[in-house]
Amino acid sequence: MAARIDFNRLRFVIIDDNAHMRRIVRTLLHSFGAREVIEAEDGATGLEAFIHHVPDIVITDWAMPIFDGLELTRMIRQPGANANPFVPIIMLTGHSEKKHVMAARDAGVTEFLAKPLSAKALYERILNIVMNPRPFVRTKTYFGPDRRRGVVSNYTGPERRKGERADIIEQHSLYDKANMSS
Amino acid sequence: MMRDDDRPGVLTFADHEIIKPVNKLAKAISRVSLPDDDPVARAEAAMEKLSSEFADWMMKECDRLDAARDGIKQHGFNKATIAELFHSAHDLKGDAATFGYPLTTPVARSLCMLLEYSPKHERIPLLLIDQHVDAVRAIVREHSRPDVQQLANRLTVKLTEVVQHFLIHENRHRPGHLDGLFDAPLVPDSD
Repeated sequence: MAARIDFNRLRFVIIDDNAHMRRIVRTLLHSFGAREVIEAEDGATGLEAFIHHVPDIVITDWAMPIFDGLELTRMIRQPGANANPFVPIIMLTGHSEKKHVMAARDAGVTEFLAKPLSAKALYERILNIVMNPRPFVRTKTYFGPDRRRGVVSNYTGPERRKGERADIIEQHSLYDKANMSS
Repeated sequence: MMRDDDRPGVLTFADHEIIKPVNKLAKAISRVSLPDDDPVARAEAAMEKLSSEFADWMMKECDRLDAARDGIKQHGFNKATIAELFHSAHDLKGDAATFGYPLTTPVARSLCMLLEYSPKHERIPLLLIDQHVDAVRAIVREHSRPDVQQLANRLTVKLTEVVQHFLIHENRHRPGHLDGLFDAPLVPDSD
């Protein structure tokens, strides 16, 4: 029997300065079955909502007043500064250029979702977050989800990490585990 | 490699740690089968229902862009007026296609590039900003015209050319600053 997500067991915070886009995301989440969807219209109130409501998943825009989605991500990914620095963060943005995608990744974003937004794309990102959680990496300059989504055997670039063995942890996805035990 | 027993889920290496956080989202995984349930189809139907409001939303976004342009004209280029015009154009770039107006996206993207990569905003010709704002308005206004695609393409090509030429000239003393800017986006559309 295939596993599925009970959206009504998840609490979301949506942070976007555009009320129309917030309404679209809220409509999609409610349609998926979510009940707890909290909205914030800028980075500051978003951080407040994150601290106050302790969401399971944060969905944030990039370009926003006060502080933007990137700054918000860095604040959330401060170990010890809040209740859940590991919270999955989906960056929903009109930025799709390489430098922006890299910057989002390096700030600790979990999933990047380029607009235009579709129901399928949002659903797939959430499914991936719930079923295939990634380990976190802490270095002197980075704290966030493992930026390596797989092993590249012919990689020839500089190594950011040093260790005595390959530092990829084999993990069964929750989806596999759920299906194996049923 | 050293395993720190006091911190389960943490592997410590020479210069980094790998942490396997407790998955708090596991609570949402259900094995109760709902064979006819299709959350994506349900969400698409909800979007379809909501789409009756999109034309009105686009008009409001255009009004906002217009007001931001007026702000520049009245108060000049300052942090607040540039931010308002950029946010307005950036929202359009991202949201217009979601609202069913994808032809305005390249024009909004061109305006965002102009604002983001101009080293001296006061050197941006106001006429060029006017042309972008008016082009967005025209494409939205003529949305139902059969030849709107050609109209939008003509406007986009011309505006993008002028912006690229302007930015290359303005950044001529900043080598590498525009690297990759005119490439195709790294991330494909989300659908």
